Amino acid sequence: MKQLETQYKKMLMDYITYQSEKNLYIAQNFTRQLIQKNVAPEDVVGIHKNVMKEILPQTSNEEQHAYDFLIEVMVQYGMTHRAHQSLLQKQAEYDMEMKIAADIQKTLLKTIVPQLANVDIGMVSIPIRKMNGDYVHFLAEDKKYVCVAVTDVIGKGVPAALCMSMVKYGLETLEYTYKEPPYVLEIINRVIEKSVDDSMFVSMFYGYFDIQKSTFSYASAGHEPALHYSAKNNQFSTLEAKGLLLGVLPDTKYAFNEVTIEENDIIIIMTDGVTEFRFHDDFNARDLITTIIEKNKFLSAQQLCTLLYEQIEQMQDFKLSDDFTVVIIKK
Amino acid sequence: MFKTSVEIMTEWDIVEARQIGRQEAKMLGFNTVDQARITTAISELARNIYLYAEVGTIEIERIETEGEKRIIITAVDKGPGIQDVRKVMQDGYSTSGGLGAGIPGVNRLMDSMVIQSNVGEGTTIKTEKWLR
Ligand SMILES: Nc1ncnc2c1ncn2[C@@H]1O[C@H](COP(=O)(O)OP(=O)(O)OP(=O)(O)O)[C@@H](O)[C@H]1O
Ligand SMILES: [Mg+2]
Repeated sequence: MKQLETQYKKMLMDYITYQSEKNLYIAQNFTRQLIQKNVAPEDVVGIHKNVMKEILPQTSNEEQHAYDFLIEVMVQYGMTHRAHQSLLQKQAEYDMEMKIAADIQKTLLKTIVPQLANVDIGMVSIPIRKMNGDYVHFLAEDKKYVCVAVTDVIGKGVPAALCMSMVKYGLETLEYTYKEPPYVLEIINRVIEKSVDDSMFVSMFYGYFDIQKSTFSYASAGHEPALHYSAKNNQFSTLEAKGLLLGVLPDTKYAFNEVTIEENDIIIIMTDGVTEFRFHDDFNARDLITTIIEKNKFLSAQQLCTLLYEQIEQMQDFKLSDDFTVVIIKK
Repeated sequence: MFKTSVEIMTEWDIVEARQIGRQEAKMLGFNTVDQARITTAISELARNIYLYAEVGTIEIERIETEGEKRIIITAVDKGPGIQDVRKVMQDGYSTSGGLGAGIPGVNRLMDSMVIQSNVGEGTTIKTEKWLR
C-alpha cells in the first residue's frame, strides 16, 4: 500500500502541476493496476486523503473530515464490488463445469449409426448450443431389424442433458419390448414422469423396422411426424401418430401404426429444428424437404442427411434456431 | 483487554454500537479506512439483529497484548436463528429481499468470522480483525 501511495503521490503532483491529458492517461493505467491488485475503493480514497495531507499540509480539518465521510461511503461500494468479483469468479467456475459436462454428455450420448447389409442408414445431429437437446438411439441386428428412437427435450442446458441420460438408460434396458413401439413409449414415459422435474418434457418418435417382413411400425409421443417416400408411387406420405409428450401423465397410451416398406423407399425422421423456419413464415418446410429428397433420392442416406442440413442451414442464413437432427433410412 | 456491550433494540442503538466500535478501533491504532471497515461490519451485524431477532447485543473487545492487537466483535441474539449457515455466507442470499451482501461483506471486511446458530434458539456471530 505504501508503494502505491508513493506512485499515486507522484502522479497527482504531476497532474496538479501540468494538468495534461498525458497525466490523466497515466492515471487510467494506474487504476487498471489497482483493480488487478484488488485494491478496494475505500483504500483508494484513503490513499488520496493521505497524499493530500502530504502535498498540501495546509488542507483544512473540514476537508479531512470530508475524506473520512467519503471513505465511509466507499466501504459500502467496496463490499458490493467484492461480492460482484466473487460472483464473476464463480461464473468462470460454472462455465468450466459446463464445458466438462458438455464433453461428458457428448461421450455418454454418442450415437453409433448401425452399418447393415440391406439397409442404408444416415444421421446428422447438430446442437446450436454446447449441449444437444436432441438424441438418437439405434438398436439393430443385421438382416433382422433396426429400431430407432429420435428424441427432443423441451428445455435446454444441463437439466435437458440429464433428462436425456435417463432416456438413454431407459432405452438400453428395453430388452424384448423393443419390437413394440407403443410399449416402448409407455415405459420411457413412466421413467421420465417419475424421475424428472415437472417442467421437463420429451418428444419421441420410435420406429421398428422389421427387415425380414419389410414393415416399419412406429409410435410417437408428441414428436414431429416422419416422412415416408414410396419409390413405386414416387410419393411422400406423412407418418403421423397421436400421442402425448413423455413425462406429462403417468399412464399415457400410445397408438400403434405400421407401413410396408418396398425397394428404394426412404424414411425420414426429424426433430422440429428441421422444420421450423424463423425467417420464412409463409414457407412450407416439408415441401422443401420432400423436394430435396426426391431430387437426390439416389444419394446414400448419409449424403441425403448432410445435404438436407446444408440446404436448410443456408435457407436460414446459417442461423438455425434449434438443435437439428435428421435420420434417414433407405431400403 | 477491554470489553463493551451495546444492547440493540432500536436503530439508535446501531448508531451507538458503531460509535463505540470506531472509538475502540481508533484506540488500537487502525487507520481511517480500517476504522470505517470495522464500523461497517458492526453496523451490518447490528442491523441484522434489529431486523431478524429484534433484540440482541453487540460486544466489542479490544485485545492489546505484546505484539498483538486486535478487535473482536460478537453479535449475540436469541432470535429465530439461521437455518442454513452455509447459505448466508454466500453472496446474494437473503430472506428479506435485501441485497444479501451483509454477512459475506462482514466476512471480507474483517479477518475471521464464526457463525453459530440454532433455529429457534438464536445466533452468535464472532468476527475479528488484527492490526497489521
Ligand atoms: N441475527 C440473525 N437472526 C436470524 N437470521 C439472520 C440473522 N442475521 C442474518 N440472518 C439471515 O441471513 C440472511 C442474510 O443476511 P445478510 O445480512 O447477509 O443479508 P440481508 O440482511 O438479507 O441483506 P442486506 O444485509 O444485504 O441488506 C438474512 O436474510 C436472514 O434471513
Ligand atoms: Mg443484513
